[in-house]
Amino acid sequence: MQSARQDFWKGFWGALPFCFVVGPYGMVFGVLAYESGLDVLTAIAFSFAVIAGAAQFTALSLMQDQAPTVIIIVVGLAVNLRMALYSATLAPYLGAAPLWVRALVAYSTLDHSFALADAKYRSDPSMTLPQKLAFFFGATGPVGVIWIVGTGVGAWLGTRIPDWLALDFAMPIAFIALVTPALRTVPQVAAAFTAAVLSLVFAALPYGLGLIMAAFIALLLGAELERRMQAA
Amino acid sequence: MNYSHNTIWIIVAGLALGSWLLRFSFLGLIGSKDLPEWLKRHLRYTVVAVLPGIIAPLVFLPKATGGVFDLPRFLAAAVTLGVGLWTKNLFFAVIAGCITLYMVLNISL
Repeated sequence: MQSARQDFWKGFWGALPFCFVVGPYGMVFGVLAYESGLDVLTAIAFSFAVIAGAAQFTALSLMQDQAPTVIIIVVGLAVNLRMALYSATLAPYLGAAPLWVRALVAYSTLDHSFALADAKYRSDPSMTLPQKLAFFFGATGPVGVIWIVGTGVGAWLGTRIPDWLALDFAMPIAFIALVTPALRTVPQVAAAFTAAVLSLVFAALPYGLGLIMAAFIALLLGAELERRMQAA
Repeated sequence: MNYSHNTIWIIVAGLALGSWLLRFSFLGLIGSKDLPEWLKRHLRYTVVAVLPGIIAPLVFLPKATGGVFDLPRFLAAAVTLGVGLWTKNLFFAVIAGCITLYMVLNISL
């Protein structure tokens, strides 16, 4: 049990940079929610219940365009399709946990905590299930709470947050730092480069379809390159 | 924007339930069953295939500038990538990126 507690803190320290950037990111969402006419409580409930930045931003911008309710939900979920991929990747590591724990892992799967956990589980195969879970919740819990609190602060401050803070760019910077350590082999670099280029090529596609198409092609390419390099 | 209180809550609830189902899907259904090796090989590329696809449009077509290329944001991204590759340290990379962004934004103002 002692060592599982240590793993919680390892997850927490690994995710610390995200604690700093997800606050501003949540505030940007809160400001947009305020500008869209949501009250503070609704904005907080939004972040608490959905807890997925990209899907929430997409839903808000569609609401500003007066899109039909069904379209908003379907498109928001299309943006979140990558989460099913995360779920499949985590399953071999955390699948043995009790159902309610897996339900909690599912609720709190975020881009950064998934990436940190995936890297950690792979580099340290001797981890026990309690240690893996402790690491995951350490990486995801504090950031999730800050996302929700940041949303509330943003919705409360509203447009009093000046533009020059460029809060929009905190998250891309953190994501770049997150993916960099994973770029070690030729197939990994090739997959990352392909995903970046294709996401720009497909940028005009609606409903976040560009991302999921770019990701799928890059994933197939990376795995195929790995197979060929091992065969050679 | 012109949605009723109830409609907004339906949107929030629909997105919440759907997002959870997507995240739970494989984790919930597969459980501890082992996946075939070819599938695991593909899933090893999830991080490097998804994150760059999220990042690239944010760097090259930022919404804050109306989708127009923005030099400060591009330089900040480049410095973050460089420092990340060099130090292998997430924290240093984020700090270096933020410092670059603010320096260049303020010079160009």
